[in-house]
Amino acid sequence: MTTLPIITLLTLTPILGALVLALGGHRGERPARNIALGFGLLALLETWLLVAGFDGKSAALQFVERHAWIPSLGVEYFVAVDGLSILLVLLSALLVPFAVAVSGGIGDRPRTFYALMLLLQAGLFGTFTALNFFHWFIFWELSLVPAYFLIKLWGGPARRTAATQFFIYTFVGSVAMLLAMQAVFLATGTFDLPKLAELARSGELARGLETKLHWTGLSASALGTVLFVGVFLGFAVKVPLMPFHTWLPATYAEAPSSVTMLLTGAMSKMGVYGFLRILAPIFPGQLRDLLGPLMALAVLTIVASAFAAFAQKDLKRMLAYSSINHLGLCLLGLFAAMQPTANTAGWQTEKVAALNGVLLQMFNHGLTAAALFGFVALLERRAGGLRGLDDFGGLRKVAPVFAGLMGISLFASLGLPGLNGFIGEFLIFKGAFPLAPYAAALSTLGLLLTAIFLLTLIQRVFAGPLNERWKTFPDLTRGELLVFAPAVALMFLLGVAPQLVVRLINPTVIEAVNRLGN
Amino acid sequence: MTPLAAYLLVSALLFAIGFAGALTRRNSILVLVGVELMLNAANLNFLAFWRYGPNPEALTGVMFVLFAIAVAAAEAAVGLALIIAIYRHYCSSNVEDVATMKG
Amino acid sequence: MKGIINSLWLIPALPLLAAGIIALMKRPQRKPAAALAIGSMALAFLVSCVAFVATLQPEAGKGAVQLTHNFAWFDLGGSALRLGWLLDPLTAGMLVMVTFVGSLIFIFSVGYMDHDENLTRFFGFLALFAAAMLGLLIANNLLFLFMCWELVGVASYLLIGFWFHKPSAAAAAKKAFITTRIGDLGFFLGIVWLYHETGTLLFYDNGAGCLEQGALTKLVTQTTVGGMAVSTAISLLLFCGAVGKSGQLPLHVWLPDAMEGPTPVSALIHAATMVAAGVFLVARVFPLMGAATADLGLEGHSPHTTALTVVTWVGACTAVFAALIAVAQNDIKRILAFSTVSQLGYMMLGLGVGGPAVGMFHLLTHAFFKALLFLGAGSVIHGSHHEQDIRRMGGLRKLMPITFAAYAVGMMALAGFPLVFSGFWSKDEVLHAAMIWSPSKLPFLLGLFGAVLTAFYMTRQMWFVFFAPRAESASSPGRAAHSASHHEPQGASSSPHESPRVMTLPLVILAVATVLLSLFATPVWPWFHAYLGGQLDHLQVGWSADSAAGLTMLLSVLAVALGVSASWRLYSRGKAGTDAVERLFPRLFRALQGRLYVDEFYAATVFRLNAAVAVLSDWADRFVWSSVVELAAWLAKGLAWLSRTLDESGINSGFDAGCVETRGAGGFASRLQNGQTQRYLRILGAGVVVLVVAIVWMGNN
Repeated sequence: MTTLPIITLLTLTPILGALVLALGGHRGERPARNIALGFGLLALLETWLLVAGFDGKSAALQFVERHAWIPSLGVEYFVAVDGLSILLVLLSALLVPFAVAVSGGIGDRPRTFYALMLLLQAGLFGTFTALNFFHWFIFWELSLVPAYFLIKLWGGPARRTAATQFFIYTFVGSVAMLLAMQAVFLATGTFDLPKLAELARSGELARGLETKLHWTGLSASALGTVLFVGVFLGFAVKVPLMPFHTWLPATYAEAPSSVTMLLTGAMSKMGVYGFLRILAPIFPGQLRDLLGPLMALAVLTIVASAFAAFAQKDLKRMLAYSSINHLGLCLLGLFAAMQPTANTAGWQTEKVAALNGVLLQMFNHGLTAAALFGFVALLERRAGGLRGLDDFGGLRKVAPVFAGLMGISLFASLGLPGLNGFIGEFLIFKGAFPLAPYAAALSTLGLLLTAIFLLTLIQRVFAGPLNERWKTFPDLTRGELLVFAPAVALMFLLGVAPQLVVRLINPTVIEAVNRLGN
Repeated sequence: MTPLAAYLLVSALLFAIGFAGALTRRNSILVLVGVELMLNAANLNFLAFWRYGPNPEALTGVMFVLFAIAVAAAEAAVGLALIIAIYRHYCSSNVEDVATMKG
Repeated sequence: MKGIINSLWLIPALPLLAAGIIALMKRPQRKPAAALAIGSMALAFLVSCVAFVATLQPEAGKGAVQLTHNFAWFDLGGSALRLGWLLDPLTAGMLVMVTFVGSLIFIFSVGYMDHDENLTRFFGFLALFAAAMLGLLIANNLLFLFMCWELVGVASYLLIGFWFHKPSAAAAAKKAFITTRIGDLGFFLGIVWLYHETGTLLFYDNGAGCLEQGALTKLVTQTTVGGMAVSTAISLLLFCGAVGKSGQLPLHVWLPDAMEGPTPVSALIHAATMVAAGVFLVARVFPLMGAATADLGLEGHSPHTTALTVVTWVGACTAVFAALIAVAQNDIKRILAFSTVSQLGYMMLGLGVGGPAVGMFHLLTHAFFKALLFLGAGSVIHGSHHEQDIRRMGGLRKLMPITFAAYAVGMMALAGFPLVFSGFWSKDEVLHAAMIWSPSKLPFLLGLFGAVLTAFYMTRQMWFVFFAPRAESASSPGRAAHSASHHEPQGASSSPHESPRVMTLPLVILAVATVLLSLFATPVWPWFHAYLGGQLDHLQVGWSADSAAGLTMLLSVLAVALGVSASWRLYSRGKAGTDAVERLFPRLFRALQGRLYVDEFYAATVFRLNAAVAVLSDWADRFVWSSVVELAAWLAKGLAWLSRTLDESGINSGFDAGCVETRGAGGFASRLQNGQTQRYLRILGAGVVVLVVAIVWMGNN
């Protein structure tokens, strides 16, 4: 199993694709897209091998590849997957071909566009598999660069501002995180994430901060809090947690829709992944100390973003706020799972439920939100760039298949049972309600509001009398159906058989809960 | 007054004349003549110091002077050649007209 | 027969399969779609009958038949989330009712929706609804029940908004989904809480289920916020869901608007089955609702727990409130809709005061006669070219005799005409239970008043639709325009006509069933009670009721007589075209016609608040949060400016000055270099002189 370095191959595949695209001399968009799609599908195939070879009963790291890189700085090439990683690798591998297939009408430098998409995928794969902070951070930033150019070069009218805002915002967060992690390195001498988690558990990290960093003049606990805030900032911006979210609506709205699919589908998961992989294991004590305010922020994120979505007139902005809302639920579940409790099996089960819910929600939101932005991309292309809530009306009459599939995706997004979104939300609330009753009860308001604005979307766009302007609005073509039907089918499949995903993550989650302690 | 002092006095006079010529003449050939005079004043000094010095048998002074005369001849040749070249270029042998090297 | 439990899943799976196949069909495949939907429903009916028969033979001494089949759905921590099916008399009775009424309504739809181009889709949605509803009935797990509960909500959404090109239909669909979802939030939290407290959501699991003794004992002994027992808190949260789905106060507003959907939908979903799901839920979790620390309940009566008291009061208030509004409505379907709300109130009242048997029996009888009434109304509407205002109808008794006869049966059952109509017996039971309910007599009086009102408004409706002198079609421009749009020749065909047989046949069957059902729960032979309670073997024929029953019956007969006679006198003598009650109490009538302004109240408070907070959030986002960011950006820019200024004025200027000086010095030096060789020589001479003087001077020292 260890003979084939499959994770390295997986990460290199999109990079190779990007190179082929960058160096090849093909003209026109279609060949470029086909090449990108080919490499995307190849990566999906490799991911499939990874998933097939993954031992779902074990919580251990699998497919480990470990080589010394810069030993003096504690830097190693260390990649592996566990239940958490494999889920997100799978998500990235699914979404990139999906987004590439939905892309179209890239008149300007199509080869660069698709090459950047593939580079973004490489960044995602690297982020989700790297287990050495140094190495991880490189990929974390690597994914930012293509995203920046994709927004800046192919975005909407206000793309420059949006791209700059996006870059600076996330970069400030990253820098804060980098500084904090360097302090951690000074205290411990390692960048190895699993090892750091272990050191944090044994209290060695705190001792290290005390002895090695006493020159800062701060006590270990104060220093710990400062470092925690630094790392927290990096992830909170990425997720985003209110009030660090203002870059998001503008960015999602201005980015080309297929790029938005990746931004919301995969890149926003990097933040939650960071919370789960780095912040919670390395700073559990600090997280618990600040749990009250953090929980309040999560509830604020859920409720305020839902309200804000309700007030939007632009479909992409509305869905952007909806994304904030869904990711807020992830953080609610995560924070709830950090709640100190008695060490009984009952509470452990609630925490496991909450974290399972968080992971499912990540996967499901990735799929659903990407599909929704994909539909908006089609809508935009057919309407010549229009995507206002009131620009359409009655489309269901002329485009029933389009309306039906997008309707299913919208219902999946609002958490209809039988579709994928429900189980994640149910598990999050199952865990969060006993652990944090008031926060969870308030957050249900977000569920209600989500239903309101998504149904309003259906009502304004698809129902009502047909807007004469769109009399010849084309329904989904065969090719588009081929792209979207599998996504919708997957929504049904995961809604009916969540075991397919839970199978992969459950042992990891149990292990995580045990490690996080009470 | 010793003979040495007399020689030196002549030499100094000669030098002064040459120096004055070199400084005051506008014609570059006359400047060159002044320079030659100063050179010969120096030669005279050499000979005087050799003849009245502690070691008159060693012929050192003569050797110096012979070399200096040879060098002066070469110098005069080069100097005159330069002057001719300058004259061809500027149609003047006045040293004040040749100021292209000024800062 | 007990093996049926393993095939119970077939009942919802059959319509689900049909829905799936129909979803892939093309628009012109109308006949196959209809056939598939009806066929699947009929098959489900057959399986349901088998299941029903299986519940008829209780094992001696063990109470009601209760078969379960549980299985793991997905892993959750060390254990797994388990779902399951349940077959007990409650489920079986509902299954038979839903599949039977459903099949008839499906058949009726073939006629009613004949002209609609989207017939295929319609049957797809109907089949989806049936699947979800049947799944809800057989669920042995609260989560599974909730999932189906939401799915029936979606099916209802799709069907109310079936004519989506009408803005009112699209809005009504949205309103229905969202209003019920408000209640569902409470339901959802209740489920989550129950799951946490008991560790399972299975109702029955060989003693480990959440409705079984062990869990209940645990729940009633723990207390939560405000000293309330956990069981009460959870029950109330679950009841929120029932309030939303069953259109109880204060979430009843969606149900009248739901009449925007096609009439068969109103009959199936918004009268007979889905809206009854809330009642079914309360009946299903009745052990939890009725759980008390000490068993306060007397034999045969329900215990007086807080949760049940709330159910009782909500039901009683809704019953009267909706009946009042129904008096002043003019749309034939809206009258029936408010009547449905009112009757659902009766069911809740029955559950609260008398337990599952009382409430459920009213549910079953109501399902039949209300489906009958709605289909009758559909037939009337279809026959009179989609006219829905009762004031523009009239005289249809002669023109639509079969519809009239069936409708009359339904009306008498609803109003509670004595003896041969099932509605009389079921309502009488509710009233009887309310009468002997010890905490308060007010619910009983409210129920009695509601009975008067019911008789009143149904008589009013009958009079306007079937008896009143026929209004001239010319006097109603709306209708004239309508018939003109049909391009039919004026005259014979523009007058109402009897509906085709495919529509009247279900009416007749339902009418017969409405009458026959009255046999099953008379005080002489209370079969239904015994069936639900699992005591069929002790069932005896004979007068088993107490003295209060006789009194109740008398009072309810009087109430009906009062309502009918008052209404008949008022309207039959009134002038055509005006409403008698309107003339007598104009202000009251207008208030009632405006549905007591509940919608307006919500629009002014909840909606406006919601919109305001939304605008506020958006505003906060655009201005507050982003201005904080802008501020940070400005701060950074300011720092950058400061740094630049310092650089330019401080560091750069020193450097520049040095450069200027150097350049000056260079200039001076270059001026010395003037190309005049003789000047150089002079300086050289002067230098030598200075040197000599210096040497001499130094040599002297």
